[in-house]
Amino acid sequence: MSTFDIRSSLREIYPPARILTRPAELAPYESDALTAFRARPVAVVLPQTQDEVVATVRWCNRTGVPFVARGSGTSLSGGSLPVPDGIVIALNRLNRILRLDPTERLAVVEPGVINSDVSRAAAPHGLYYVPDPSSQPVCTIGGNVAFNSGGAHCLKYGMTTNHVLAIKAVLADGEVVQLGGGSVEGVGPDLVGIFVGSEGLLGIALEITLRLLPKPEGYRTVLAAYRTLEAAGEAVAQVVAAGLLPGAMEIMDRLAIEAAEAAVGAGYPLDAAAILIVELEGELPEIEAELAHLMRVIKVSGAYEVRLARDEAQRQVIWKGRKSAFSAVGRLSPDYIVQDGVVPRGRLAEALAEIERLSRESGIRVANVFHAGDGNLHPLILYDGRQPGALARAEELAGEILRLCVRLGGSITGEHGVGMEKRDYLPQMFGQADLEAMRRLRRAVDPLELSNRGKMFPSRE
Amino acid sequence: MICRPRSIDDVQEVVRERTRIRPRGGGTKTALSAPADGETVVDMSGLTGVVEYDPGEFTFSALAGTPVREVEALLAQHGQYLPFDPPLAAAGATLGGTVAAGLSGPRRYRYGGVRDFVLGVRFVDGEGRVVRGGGKVVKNVAGFDFPKLMVGSLGRLGVLVELSFKVFPRPRSYATVHVERADMSAAVEALKDLYVSRFDIEALDLEPPGVLWVRIGGLSESLDVRLQRLLEFLGRAARVLRGDEEVALWESVREFSWVPAGCSLVKVSITPGRVTALEERLAAREPARRYSVGGNLAWVACPGDLGDLDAILTSVGLAGLCVLGPPGRVRLGAWGDGVFAERVKRALDPGGRFGRIA
Repeated sequence: MSTFDIRSSLREIYPPARILTRPAELAPYESDALTAFRARPVAVVLPQTQDEVVATVRWCNRTGVPFVARGSGTSLSGGSLPVPDGIVIALNRLNRILRLDPTERLAVVEPGVINSDVSRAAAPHGLYYVPDPSSQPVCTIGGNVAFNSGGAHCLKYGMTTNHVLAIKAVLADGEVVQLGGGSVEGVGPDLVGIFVGSEGLLGIALEITLRLLPKPEGYRTVLAAYRTLEAAGEAVAQVVAAGLLPGAMEIMDRLAIEAAEAAVGAGYPLDAAAILIVELEGELPEIEAELAHLMRVIKVSGAYEVRLARDEAQRQVIWKGRKSAFSAVGRLSPDYIVQDGVVPRGRLAEALAEIERLSRESGIRVANVFHAGDGNLHPLILYDGRQPGALARAEELAGEILRLCVRLGGSITGEHGVGMEKRDYLPQMFGQADLEAMRRLRRAVDPLELSNRGKMFPSRE
Repeated sequence: MICRPRSIDDVQEVVRERTRIRPRGGGTKTALSAPADGETVVDMSGLTGVVEYDPGEFTFSALAGTPVREVEALLAQHGQYLPFDPPLAAAGATLGGTVAAGLSGPRRYRYGGVRDFVLGVRFVDGEGRVVRGGGKVVKNVAGFDFPKLMVGSLGRLGVLVELSFKVFPRPRSYATVHVERADMSAAVEALKDLYVSRFDIEALDLEPPGVLWVRIGGLSESLDVRLQRLLEFLGRAARVLRGDEEVALWESVREFSWVPAGCSLVKVSITPGRVTALEERLAAREPARRYSVGGNLAWVACPGDLGDLDAILTSVGLAGLCVLGPPGRVRLGAWGDGVFAERVKRALDPGGRFGRIA
């Protein structure tokens, strides 16, 4: 089908105003948050109803045109990168919270709903939606579901998949299916579980039933400063060994601290090689008791400065620096790659030392911000895209770090997904038979491989 | 015909040689593990042992035939536990059987069910290939989430051979509040209040016609204060259970010792808001039953034929799985869309060796 035919044929479904085809209109959709990759789609359509999405997918199945579903485009793995001969189905207008049932502790939402809007809607009922990726104020639930993106609280609360109860989805051939039933306990194979994190390769979620949790009664947030990155990494292992289960444990290294301080002035100790943030949450009497244990652990962990947030304002200041870290690093470098490999927690210190060595050897600066509680690293690899070859060198270092993660028994991705970026690294983690089974599953659901074509699986195929 | 593989290679061989296969772990889920005519039972009890356990990681990997009890004993040595509280552990349930049946016990209320704690899986698919999915770290999104897919798959998508799980530090002490309400509707209201409260509840069960069991766990030094607050919230005379009596109570719940002899036991997927509708339909027959996980799971015990319960579940739009009882009907009521499940089945077991999925 020619470009012209595709565009005119889409008018069966959309008024002209909701079919974008001009170069200037398409430009914002050419990449997602991984801006190193770009591709121009033939058209972008803007559905306003689930029926329009279904009609579009059926149209794609009939015409053989591949499609990429997209929310706010915050994917850091190129997950919503367009296919050059395909269309983009932009789901931002499907942004209604269809039902919020506080007594059932669930919310039924459309895929274009912004993550933090769910918690905002649930707040008057004392409830919240747990998964909180750093892009929470912008990213959509549909994207969270596609990539099973988690955030800072995955050790205790699990990833996005643990908070999705049911999904109504349109498969690539236009078949509409209902997976799961809204209860936390299901029967039969966990189909919601296989759909979440499938990176858009199995179809498009139209309605998502989310589990809400009561807001913890209180928090106790501690910031500890260390002279070495390794000491901070070891402190995490000691906290865990003490039998504590914090809601979040985050580490930032010197470069990340410097950037965050310059950006928001959270008052972090600037002479620290690393800071560790540990947050306990739950019933007040319980977290008070846990805090006593935590403080004992932190004291013997070699921290040279320890701060306890005395009130909500102080707590927010501590988190402000952490939450701004990614964007703040933009002050240090015009470009950067964010990796999100995972290592077993006990090998954090080893991984950090090795990343430091790789950074030194390559002469490429790396800032580290990570979810230490679940071993999810976020090395930010700084480069200047205007210098020839700089991106390639940064990507090479990123690849080294991913191989390191696998070597230490971890994963190439903890929350960003494989997408376009890491597809050639998937065989580092999985063998031929494993990948073949995944491919067979993909083809059984989407024989023409129309849905998010080219993602997740190695490029040689 | 029963095969008892000693290695993963053996499992592959059996799968390739036989046309109809029923995997079995400890055989505790009688309705699910008994073979139909012509099926070869693959008895996994020979594939046992913890492969890897690092307490500092909160993770372990073990072969699928490993008894849950054995794992629990090992974890307990390091102050850890399986928070999803696998049922029938004392009866001999295995890790593989627990995952394949998709069963969790009352303590799954707090941190999630078996689906939320399984991190990695190796299974033999319908063509005899060993397939791995997931990993051994607590956060990982690389590739399709096969570990989740295997939860509740009833051995019909593959034979599980190895599993990795997340574990947690075990609460150091427990207390349970037993409180009675005048009738079922008052009890359901109390259950709903607790469900949206900020109490960190370990388990929340309702036993018709009006008994609530509320379990809390945590550090010993704060438990009394928390218990006091909970009692004030419940606002009336309640009995508090502690120590051995408390532990024994929940042990009997997860072992299903309360199920009358000769009854089949059906797991029903439900939500708190639908408990009343199911209760109204069950009222005439009054089967032994228990609402667990804050009203997200009903266990219904029925003598004899399950036709009535099937009809009742269908009428209220709920799905049930028969776990204990004679082999035969295992799916009851209104199961979801089979189209997606069929396609998944086609990918992993195209020859249909493991039986129908839907």
